[in-house]
Amino acid sequence: MSQHQIKVKVNGTDQKAEVESRLLLVHLLRETLSMTGTHIGCDTTHCGACTVLLDGMPVKSCTILAVQADGREVRTVEGLEQDGKLHAIQNGFHQEHGLQCGFCTPGMMITSSALLDRNPDPSEAQIRQAISGNLCRCTGYVNIIKSVQHAAAALRQPVEAGELVAK
Amino acid sequence: MIPASFDYHSPQTLDEALAFLQSHPDDAKVLSGGQSLLPLLKLRLGSAGHLVDIGRIPGLEYIKEESGVLKIGGRTRESALEHSELIQTKYPLLAETAAVIADPLVRNMATVGGNLAHGDPANDHPATMLALRAEVVATGPNGTRTIPIDQFFLGLFATALAPDEILTEIRIPVPPVRSGGSYVKLERKVGDFATAASAVQVTLGAGGEITSAGIALTNAGPTPLRAADAEQFLIGKQPSADVIAEAAQRAAAIATPSADRRGAVEYKRQMARVLTGRALKAAIDWAKEH
Repeated sequence: MSQHQIKVKVNGTDQKAEVESRLLLVHLLRETLSMTGTHIGCDTTHCGACTVLLDGMPVKSCTILAVQADGREVRTVEGLEQDGKLHAIQNGFHQEHGLQCGFCTPGMMITSSALLDRNPDPSEAQIRQAISGNLCRCTGYVNIIKSVQHAAAALRQPVEAGELVAK
Repeated sequence: MIPASFDYHSPQTLDEALAFLQSHPDDAKVLSGGQSLLPLLKLRLGSAGHLVDIGRIPGLEYIKEESGVLKIGGRTRESALEHSELIQTKYPLLAETAAVIADPLVRNMATVGGNLAHGDPANDHPATMLALRAEVVATGPNGTRTIPIDQFFLGLFATALAPDEILTEIRIPVPPVRSGGSYVKLERKVGDFATAASAVQVTLGAGGEITSAGIALTNAGPTPLRAADAEQFLIGKQPSADVIAEAAQRAAAIATPSADRRGAVEYKRQMARVLTGRALKAAIDWAKEH
């Protein structure tokens, strides 16, 4: 068993920790850094509740070692809100009732935000494909799709998005 | 779930990684994307004293054509393959395979080399590489050697890679004109292993006849299976519904799947037949258009 000094930039802030080789990234976030917005669902790489962005790409943090993230950048659901304003994707889930129990929501929003970063106007099929590694057992996905479409429309018109947040 | 303890190493060069593997022949495992290895360690179906992470070694991620060969770096991510314009326009079999491996999040970590080196007949690239008649480049302490794909898969989770070798490149002959391919997979849900899947690559002659055929099955036995009889049958034939049906029948005849929650043996064999027929039709259609 080896111990490692790692430095990971989480939501823009440098975080240092001493970790065991076998510590998973999701446990670094939730237990070492006390950032419990990232959920653990199946713990077997299926459900996507633990999705975070690693250097901008959505990945399953239950299947990555914390040491693998050394020197890299992680973004979690806590990093979506900026300056007290909800991210368009958070507002979209709010407006369109994109959640019921909320367990999958952090992963859904992180995956969707990465989709909108590279494709500002995705079709419904592209949204469904992008979130196909994130399971939701409540909504039947219909309102999740609407939420992502809501966010996409808002992001294409940044001024109106600001007004929506103010409401 | 927490894996049993291991030491983690992140060499900065290939030489450093190889030296470490050579000095720990019995208990070191190469960590590439980790999307098969880490679940095994977490479920404690496998163990390792040392993990050698090749993720920080530069120069192992690329997709390029060079002197008649498509070269894919061993650490190339599935998502890079899936979104590559070269792959989408010239290698439909590879593009269709990459798009159905696990799910989009896993594909951002998982690597092509890892998918092969893991030696799991339920993985998707093994059959694809058989159909494409690929070669695998293994780099070890004494340099590199090239392994034909037909000699690579030795058994369940067993490959021709030595414990001190790393899979550094996959080589695929650039297909001639009038070539096409297709991968058709039946899965219960996104992210599941194939109930059955078939990889097909064909080339047509100037008169429309089939001049070469590669057909292989996923998850139909202890290793990925080349359907040699079906391939032979197709050579020189004009594609037709009857010819495709006969080839599909011959491909399914070699399947020795195991019964599990995905289905009974006979069901899986029938699915191998149906999917091979569909993949053949799609591959031939592509070849006619390109």
